[in-house]
Amino acid sequence: MGADEEFEVPPGGCSMCLAIPGKVIEVAADNPNSALVDVVGMRRRVDLGLLLDDMPVPGDWVLIHVGFAMSKISEVDALDQMRTLEMLGESEAAAQEVRGYGLDEVDDKPAP
Amino acid sequence: MKYVDEFRDPELINKAADEIRRLADPNRHYRLMEVCGGHTHAIYRFGLKDVLPPNIELIHGPGCPVCVLPMGRIDDALSIAENPDVIFAAFGDMMRVPGTNGSPLEHKARGMDVRIVYSPSDAIKLAKTNPQKHVMFFAIGFETTAPSTALTLQRAKSEGLHNFSVFCNHVTIIPAIRAILDSPDMRLDGFIGPGHVSTVIGCRPYEWIAQNEHKPIVVCGFEPLDLLQSIVMLLTQLQKGEARVENQYKRVVPWEGNRAALKAMAETFQLRPYFEWRGLGFISQSALRIHEQYAEWDAEQRFHVPGIRVTDPKAAQCGEVLKGVLKPAQCKLFGRECTPENPVGALMVSSEGSCAAYFNYEHRKNALVTSLNAPA
Repeated sequence: MGADEEFEVPPGGCSMCLAIPGKVIEVAADNPNSALVDVVGMRRRVDLGLLLDDMPVPGDWVLIHVGFAMSKISEVDALDQMRTLEMLGESEAAAQEVRGYGLDEVDDKPAP
Repeated sequence: MKYVDEFRDPELINKAADEIRRLADPNRHYRLMEVCGGHTHAIYRFGLKDVLPPNIELIHGPGCPVCVLPMGRIDDALSIAENPDVIFAAFGDMMRVPGTNGSPLEHKARGMDVRIVYSPSDAIKLAKTNPQKHVMFFAIGFETTAPSTALTLQRAKSEGLHNFSVFCNHVTIIPAIRAILDSPDMRLDGFIGPGHVSTVIGCRPYEWIAQNEHKPIVVCGFEPLDLLQSIVMLLTQLQKGEARVENQYKRVVPWEGNRAALKAMAETFQLRPYFEWRGLGFISQSALRIHEQYAEWDAEQRFHVPGIRVTDPKAAQCGEVLKGVLKPAQCKLFGRECTPENPVGALMVSSEGSCAAYFNYEHRKNALVTSLNAPA
């Protein structure tokens, strides 16, 4: 099990069960289901398809599971959730999870 | 209370702990089950057991999807991926989970095309960038991850993506709770309900637990304070002789759940007549298979599946631990044959399994204390 960068196996735990808070930056012009979201300091494409009943707009906070926004939350609760991840020792797992989103995305560039 | 310093608001923690001591009848023993593996992890990490009076016992439930997945399902999926034209795509959580002939990671080392994806939609991208190959996504999880698989199936169908399929292992939490309550050796006073599963299913599906089984259930967040507040809410109900569904995690969980997610699941999945759970055995209508209308994207319909069954070693007492009849350390294999590095039973497989959580926090702590106390 080497340090293959393309194949970084999480240290254990359950990344799929993590709920990671993110702030919607912009919704894609050509695809209303796809948003650029700031997640723990990284920008990633996140799928909004499960929030069709209550579509988030830029500035809204969402909770993300496996790359899909699952619920809208308040900013206070989003910050709380980040602290929870930290307290549970899961913030590194969350960061790794987020880095993994978007196989062919080039969203690491800073915001315009 | 050695971990209290880590808590965000020790004063609130102490207040909740006082309230618990006030509400708990000293002549009564309380057995409360936390259903979700995330809660189990938090309880051990924060040493909450040390905060609770001894007559409040927390029983660790079946809510870790990796733990309850039978080894035969991993074997079945890996047997499909023996075909060199197939790419096996799964969450990183699955990579070290043992199959009969090794984990997906070990199969990769032997030449299988195994890829980690962080989202099922990344498996779709993988299929698009590898048009000469077939990408099989190994789907796993409770209602927390099932909706994302559902949307992914819908996208694959609408885009006419023919080199992609899903090997579906999604399970549903309610039948597992029912199986635990139906078990004759099970005695529980109430439930700490799962947080993120409830974001999807809402609180209504738990109402039968209150109405028919007369047990209170409180949907709960993941901070230590959330857990203690939920225990306060459960004890308050028990003291009054009530049994209701309450939502402590209102900041995230809407009572009605996520309707768009439920709709996507209803369109793409059907209930399996029965499904095997490690530690609990076969439970009827407890898992999802892919709807006939999506048969083309169902790996089980598209490929030959051997249907491998691997029974857990008889000595492993996962079922008893899951039902709270035994504590993790009371299992004959715990910490000897069965460790997180070399899991024999289901509950040692993922760090959210109750045996692994107990091993990582309590057992290692106790071992350290023993070695410190040993004469030089």
